[in-house]
Amino acid sequence: MPTIVVEVMPKAELLDPQGKAVAGALARLGKGHFTGVRIGKRFELTVDGPVDEAVLAEVRALAEDMLANTVIEDVRSVHALETETVAAGETH
Amino acid sequence: MRIGVVTFPGSLDDRDAQRAVRLAGGEPVALWHGEHDLKGVDAIVLPGGFSYGDYLRCGAIAARSPIMSEVIDAANSGMPVLGICNGFQILVEAHLLPGGLIRNDHGDFVCRDQKLRVENTSTAWTNGFTANQEITIPLKNGEGGFIADAETIARLEGEGRVAFRYLEVNPNGSMNDIAGITNERGNVVGLMPHPEHATEEGFGPDTALAMRNGTDGLTFFTSALAALTNA
Repeated sequence: MPTIVVEVMPKAELLDPQGKAVAGALARLGKGHFTGVRIGKRFELTVDGPVDEAVLAEVRALAEDMLANTVIEDVRSVHALETETVAAGETH
Repeated sequence: MRIGVVTFPGSLDDRDAQRAVRLAGGEPVALWHGEHDLKGVDAIVLPGGFSYGDYLRCGAIAARSPIMSEVIDAANSGMPVLGICNGFQILVEAHLLPGGLIRNDHGDFVCRDQKLRVENTSTAWTNGFTANQEITIPLKNGEGGFIADAETIARLEGEGRVAFRYLEVNPNGSMNDIAGITNERGNVVGLMPHPEHATEEGFGPDTALAMRNGTDGLTFFTSALAALTNA
């Protein structure tokens, strides 16, 4: 099945408490040279049908409306996942 | 007066909210997330809990459930709507209130009796308080940090729409110590602390007089009944 990837990150100017906690753990492990960690989300939407520009536009709208809350997050990327479809010998 | 309490999958405090409505003298009406039926209620409470296990974002999936289209229409036509904790998160996800709620800045779940100042006493849910009244009600959340962009914060502050502010302790890193806000019209109010858990002596926060005697939360519900009676 064709897959569309959506990547969402917390807004840069806002505190990311999860990332901060992981950065703290890295420091305690002696990996303090990794000075910052930010944690976002990756969605993989499998589509019944071809990934054309219309579907991508639909996902971009969904990403802004539901998958991300643009008050606190940014949609960083919406793109078709190529490798799986190529491996399966499908075309789109 | 009939006040509906919506139960979503993962709501926890719906029964407590119903009980608070009853203690205030109203008639609680159970509403179900999967229906398009407000059952003719006069006001609505979106209760606390962890709808959909906080998946995606707190309140995000519940905000898109069937009954929310009716709740949004009712809110836009002036019906009193109160969102408590997860209910507040649902209201911001439904764009009925501005801003967002993120994980507490210290990373821990917090549960405490929280002192607040009521800064707007003209809303449907706060008209029974005196100006700047200090109240204590329970607070319990992991993702209660209120945030918004600078312009939104300035507008909320300038228009007196910060309805409740944390006193003494900011328990979750909320901007400007904001505990709850109202919409422009004053009918939609959301806050992270739980008024429904402070409505009956013996079951509320400790007071100077006696253990668990705090009933400061009752005024939210009597305020709504008064607003409906005067409407």
